[in-house]
Amino acid sequence: MPPGTVVGPSSVRSRTEEDLPRGGLWKGFPSTCFVFALAIALWECSLKNLPQEFGMRMGTQSRICGKLPWLQSVATAVLVVVFLVLSASQSANALPAFARKYGLRCSACHESWPMLNYFGQKFKDNGYQLMNDRDAPIWQNASYWPITLRITPFWSRESTNKVAVDTTTGTGETRLTTTGFNLSGLDILTGGTLEKNISFLLVPSADEFGSFHFESANVRFDNLFHSPWLNVKTGKFELDSFISEKRTLTLSASGGEYQLFHFIPVNDGNIFGQLGDNQLGAEWMGHSADDRTRLSAAVFSSTDGNVDLPYGQNSYSWFFAGSQAFGAGRLGVQRVGGYALVGIAPTTYLTSAGVPIPGSGIGNKSFSRYGFEGLFYLGSHLDFQVFTQHGSDNAFFGACYGDIIDGATPCTANNTTGTLPPGTVNPTWNGAFVETHYVWNPQFTIFQRSEWVRMSQQAIPGTPSNLGDIDNYVFGYRYNPFMTSRAGFAFHNEYAWIRQRGTSPVTGTDLSSSSLMLGFDFDF
Amino acid sequence: MKTLKTSQFHILFLPLVLAAFFVAQGAAQDSAPDVGPSQPHPLEPMESHVDNVVGHAKDAKMPYRRYCAGCHGDLGDGNGENAVWLDPKPRDFTTATFKCRSTPTGTLPTDQDLFNTIGRGLTNSNMPIWSTFSSQQRSDLVAYIKTFSPRWEKEKPGEAIKIPAEPPVTIESISHGKALFTKLECWKCHGPHGNGDGPSAATLTDSKDQPIRPYNFAAGGDDSRFKCGSTNSDLYKIFMTGLDGTPMPSFADVIQPNDAWDLVHFLRVLQVNRHSKENNVLKAAGGKIPPYVEKQAELPAVQPENRAAGGGN
Repeated sequence: MPPGTVVGPSSVRSRTEEDLPRGGLWKGFPSTCFVFALAIALWECSLKNLPQEFGMRMGTQSRICGKLPWLQSVATAVLVVVFLVLSASQSANALPAFARKYGLRCSACHESWPMLNYFGQKFKDNGYQLMNDRDAPIWQNASYWPITLRITPFWSRESTNKVAVDTTTGTGETRLTTTGFNLSGLDILTGGTLEKNISFLLVPSADEFGSFHFESANVRFDNLFHSPWLNVKTGKFELDSFISEKRTLTLSASGGEYQLFHFIPVNDGNIFGQLGDNQLGAEWMGHSADDRTRLSAAVFSSTDGNVDLPYGQNSYSWFFAGSQAFGAGRLGVQRVGGYALVGIAPTTYLTSAGVPIPGSGIGNKSFSRYGFEGLFYLGSHLDFQVFTQHGSDNAFFGACYGDIIDGATPCTANNTTGTLPPGTVNPTWNGAFVETHYVWNPQFTIFQRSEWVRMSQQAIPGTPSNLGDIDNYVFGYRYNPFMTSRAGFAFHNEYAWIRQRGTSPVTGTDLSSSSLMLGFDFDF
Repeated sequence: MKTLKTSQFHILFLPLVLAAFFVAQGAAQDSAPDVGPSQPHPLEPMESHVDNVVGHAKDAKMPYRRYCAGCHGDLGDGNGENAVWLDPKPRDFTTATFKCRSTPTGTLPTDQDLFNTIGRGLTNSNMPIWSTFSSQQRSDLVAYIKTFSPRWEKEKPGEAIKIPAEPPVTIESISHGKALFTKLECWKCHGPHGNGDGPSAATLTDSKDQPIRPYNFAAGGDDSRFKCGSTNSDLYKIFMTGLDGTPMPSFADVIQPNDAWDLVHFLRVLQVNRHSKENNVLKAAGGKIPPYVEKQAELPAVQPENRAAGGGN
């Protein structure tokens, strides 16, 4: 064909709108909601039929559930459908920062918003750059303002099996169940490039009461000396685990956190080893050009991310992480890796008039957390995140030395150089979770997570071996009724149940809680 | 009756609940919450073949929707919801006209060409570098892209052009390249110094009448890329195959392979901020390109406005 010959659609037939499947905006969604709600209700009723196992008292609600097992199902389903109908009138017409800048759908970087996929992880690892000429701020429209707001209005049912309560005979325990409408905290996410290869992230964040703090505030220098292996950032940041709690799909009170990212043994005073809390420090991060190999090392103050050095003056922690991705044919790209957090933190403090002096912490003791993490795909629909941890605290932490500033009961009398009770040893534990995502399509994702933490050695002799053990199960779905680069919006339905051994407030028996949550998670 | 322990109960019950959920969803698959304009169907049983990998269109249905449809549209017509904000506009797959090819102008590209474009991205556009895809995923997407135009069923891709070995860079080859640059009137669009500011630059449009800018050779440094690659061979290929859908024509019929390499050498010295063997040769020659002494018959004229249908990226 000679140069200049016009080829194109004039003589051929292309697909048209008529070829598209017909379906309303919410087609099929009500049945989805109903089935989910039914499952939740069955689960709840089943729990209530096991009162002896839980030490529960059969209340009125449970009796109704026993006699009319479908009543709760129907009620829950109705509630879901009401939410569904209400949501049809919702609109979000502003712009998520990064998607707007690059003109990509949220789904390009997020397996299910906010969880990153491989492409999104690479974008993040390149300092919020696609590594093309559109990265530099000069390409942005002058009116571009890289801000995203995220908040989640929701309805929830929260239930705890043993709450301390005054009785005619003293103090007892009772189940407390509440339902109602609620609001999450607010994240104001701002981030992007200041210049090519210089990026920032600033996240002022408010709790549900409107009290603000800086969740993240860091600047990052990328591709130093033109090498993807030289990226440095400093400020307050999330530790570099490719399984990110900040991007988890679970939101409820009983299932919103990775327990292993915050686990502290019962009566342990070490708050400093929490992987899930953003930390103040500096990080080197390097990766291969295709991001299949990732390495990072961070040093940060042992302050659990709190500003103004409220604990020790010279205590630091280190975090190391590495991972390797590899192709597995039609299964997809798999990633395996490991992490280690080691650090020292103060165990005692100077006092003035009996009050601990901020920043006076002394008696640094050590702690460690390390484990394996993996992200396994079984095709384009199903993936598993696996995370394990072996944790250990110094015996002083195990004996309740450590965080006196927060005044965590019963760690209130350790403000002088102390001695350990006879036989005290380092508390150690093991844990793991498996989180599964079934991505039906980029708009609809079903998830579950099962998590277990088991103490392998208690600090104080005579402590029950399973005190503090945790079981946590959560499942639900996220449904995005639309998918553009303009806004993120998800109907979120989740159920979670958690039990910790021996921690009820009066009898010291097992404490369990459950959450049923229906919410609208949106950002713009 | 012996009852299950709580933990046992939950471990057993949770999968049952999830299984029931999945089964219910599976039964209702036709009415899955799959909203808005969706993937076209019925999907052609299209395949792609890249090296030893066979791509299947059906396996790229979801990835296309996840990664591509926002710009290229569910119908592949380049009218995704983001298209209105993009410049240049996304590629319209329904025309099966592609800029980056190893095949002669006007012909379909090879599967390998499309595969390479996905992994390389397109500079000076919003098309990212999709290097995170596996070879299989990329091949599947290539097959899927081919379902948008019946041309793929009626025509075969063109035969990839032969690229002869690159001759050594000499000041003479650079000098000859400069003469060709003038003779072929490349400067009218790209400017006399390759800054993309030639007298015709402001008037150029693609085949969809969208304004289009000529490549600025002088911009960028060592990491500069061309639309369809970054190597000398890629540059050779660009002007020997043309960028279909744009004013950039193919020069395959008007210059000989060795002349084309001379033009490559000259274009490289227009990249003044780039460390290259061409710039080293020029520097060794005192930084000046000597006048070229014409040894060949006069070259046939070429019409720079030649362009095929399509447009955008």
